[in-house]
Amino acid sequence: MTAPLLDIDDLHVTIPTDRGDLHALRGAGLRLESGKTLCLVGESGCGKSLTAMSLMGLLPRKARQSAGRFALMGTDYAGKAPKAWANLRGRDMAMIFQDPNQSLNPTMTVGVQMTEALRHFEKLSKAQAEDRAIAMLDRVGIADPRSRLGQYPHQFSGGQRQRLMIASALIGRPKLLIADEPTTALDVTIQAQILQVIAELQDELGLGLLLITHDLGVAAAIADDVAVMYAGRVIETGPVAQLFAVPAHPYTQGLMVAIPVPGRTRPGTPLPAISGRVPGLIGGVTGCAFRDRCALAGDGCASDPLPRHAFASGGFVECTRPSLSETRP
Amino acid sequence: MLSFLLRRLVVALGVAVAVSALSFALIFLTGDPAIAIAGSGGSAGDAEAIRLAYGFDRPIVVQYADWIGSALTGDFGQSIYFNIPVSEIIGNRIPVTLTLGMLAFLAALAIALPLGVAAAMRPNGFIDRFALVLAVSGQAVPSFWLGLMAIVVFGVWYGLVPISGTETWQGYILPVLVLAYSAIPELMRITRSGMIEVLNTDYIRSAQAKGLPTGRVILVHALRNAVLPLISLSAVQLGILLSGSIVIESVFAVNGLGRLAWESLLRSDLPVVQAIILILSLFYVVLTTAADLLNAWLDPRLRGGAA
Ligand SMILES: Nc1ncnc2c1ncn2[C@@H]1O[C@H](COP(=O)(O)OP(=O)(O)OP(=O)(O)O)[C@@H](O)[C@H]1O
Ligand SMILES: [Mg+2]
Repeated sequence: MTAPLLDIDDLHVTIPTDRGDLHALRGAGLRLESGKTLCLVGESGCGKSLTAMSLMGLLPRKARQSAGRFALMGTDYAGKAPKAWANLRGRDMAMIFQDPNQSLNPTMTVGVQMTEALRHFEKLSKAQAEDRAIAMLDRVGIADPRSRLGQYPHQFSGGQRQRLMIASALIGRPKLLIADEPTTALDVTIQAQILQVIAELQDELGLGLLLITHDLGVAAAIADDVAVMYAGRVIETGPVAQLFAVPAHPYTQGLMVAIPVPGRTRPGTPLPAISGRVPGLIGGVTGCAFRDRCALAGDGCASDPLPRHAFASGGFVECTRPSLSETRP
Repeated sequence: MLSFLLRRLVVALGVAVAVSALSFALIFLTGDPAIAIAGSGGSAGDAEAIRLAYGFDRPIVVQYADWIGSALTGDFGQSIYFNIPVSEIIGNRIPVTLTLGMLAFLAALAIALPLGVAAAMRPNGFIDRFALVLAVSGQAVPSFWLGLMAIVVFGVWYGLVPISGTETWQGYILPVLVLAYSAIPELMRITRSGMIEVLNTDYIRSAQAKGLPTGRVILVHALRNAVLPLISLSAVQLGILLSGSIVIESVFAVNGLGRLAWESLLRSDLPVVQAIILILSLFYVVLTTAADLLNAWLDPRLRGGAA
């Protein structure tokens, strides 16, 4: 078996703040095969974006990072100079962000922004790079691409801008695309189109896609695997069908209840949000970070490290509750 | 772009007219010019004669039209004190003031820009702290005092540079540096804050995510946006350097416009004062217009409409 595209284990990120060290990622782990889609879900503030920034090597300067394993395509970069990992950026991995309206430089033409990385990495001439850009823009659904290269971002609509971001991220033919809530800032009608474009290009290019979303409907529709994050750790993961059919962790179960299901939830019904709040991560947390909010919490939940139960169908859950292992294959 | 250009030029023209009217009116706001010219020893009859001779008895609008009409052809009338054309006196002074002001501005920019960028890249870092000290002292130390100190140390003690006058190019060194020193804090502050703001934007993050070298991210992506406020400030600062160098010109005995304005004011040489005010204000109009055009060239959103 070939090595997975992305293999991260025991990822820690600590950010010094005025009130002490914020232990924002506490041993997170991810695994993504080439050409597959992994959706990273979880409440606001659980560390999804920080995970993405850590993968891109773009954490805030003051942040400290360590990892047990930090591997792309079989090469482990854990413990190596950050520079080695940073060199993969733009070539083997690319990223698109939440707000396409803020993600393009307002003072530079779209053409320059599309082609600059190509010209830097592949040493293409201006004309060659522009041909590639035109082909890519055409591919993401921008009409009349040649004449639009000379235009500025403010001359495009929000949906078009996200298409530009996708084109610009994929023009260097990376192996891994990280998309951090790529549709949240867009009109509902456009969201599906953008996801469609991403999915098509993923097939064409054999891209591994790490999609961050808090829309479980999106995850159900396009993920191969799902990783559920809570307070800086991935607490449950698995193939999308199994995880949605039999969510094992009480937190995952809570998330499933919290999403409106078309047809089943009447419009206007308030969502049964999970009560309580995420623990503060300053100073660190031991045991299960969810136990204060968990109806099923017992004595074992304070143990550290928590027992991890692996499922035969793939994935795992971190929970002391013994019964759940019987429910999912 | 063309319509933006036209609109901006029309505005500039309007401002220029208003400014010239104001500088003309200034003379009348300070009292009866005829009495001022006649001096403390002059009788009422003298003043009356002067009033007729200079045409002060005509309606103000007519006088203004007359004055501005001649000024447009470069004729600012006769100096009362020197009894030679104002244009001749001023013509010798303008290059001196321009040289001093421009060199000081370029020197200030050459220090403030890199320092501001470096400070922004690591806020509270070593360079940032050093820049802060420089900025605070720059604002706290009056330039006339700094000028005098510079003369004493470099001119008198060490004899490295002439202590006054600009007959040789060495004469410009101290006044340029002292004048530049006063402009550095503002220029640096706005570079730093603009850069910090831009470095936190999503588009800088996406430029980094593309794997571009840091140099390109900072110097092309970030600086292009961070200099927009700096350019507007530069127009004002350069205007101040050109017109506000009275103190420096006096301290270093530089024969520029500022010193001439001051002396002419003391001598009640009104035509000279009027002309200098007009010229300095026109500098301002030209500078701010140039800054706006430069900004529009850099930032497509300012051009309005589809470019
Ligand atoms: N630059 C920073 N300085 C200090 N704390 C930070 C910084 N960036 C993130 N954090 C903290 O790290 C934690 C994780 O943040 P992150 O942005 O990864 O959350 P998220 O899961 O992406 O949330 P959301 O769904 O709202 O985007 C939060 O508690 C946040 O406050
Ligand atoms: Mg986020």
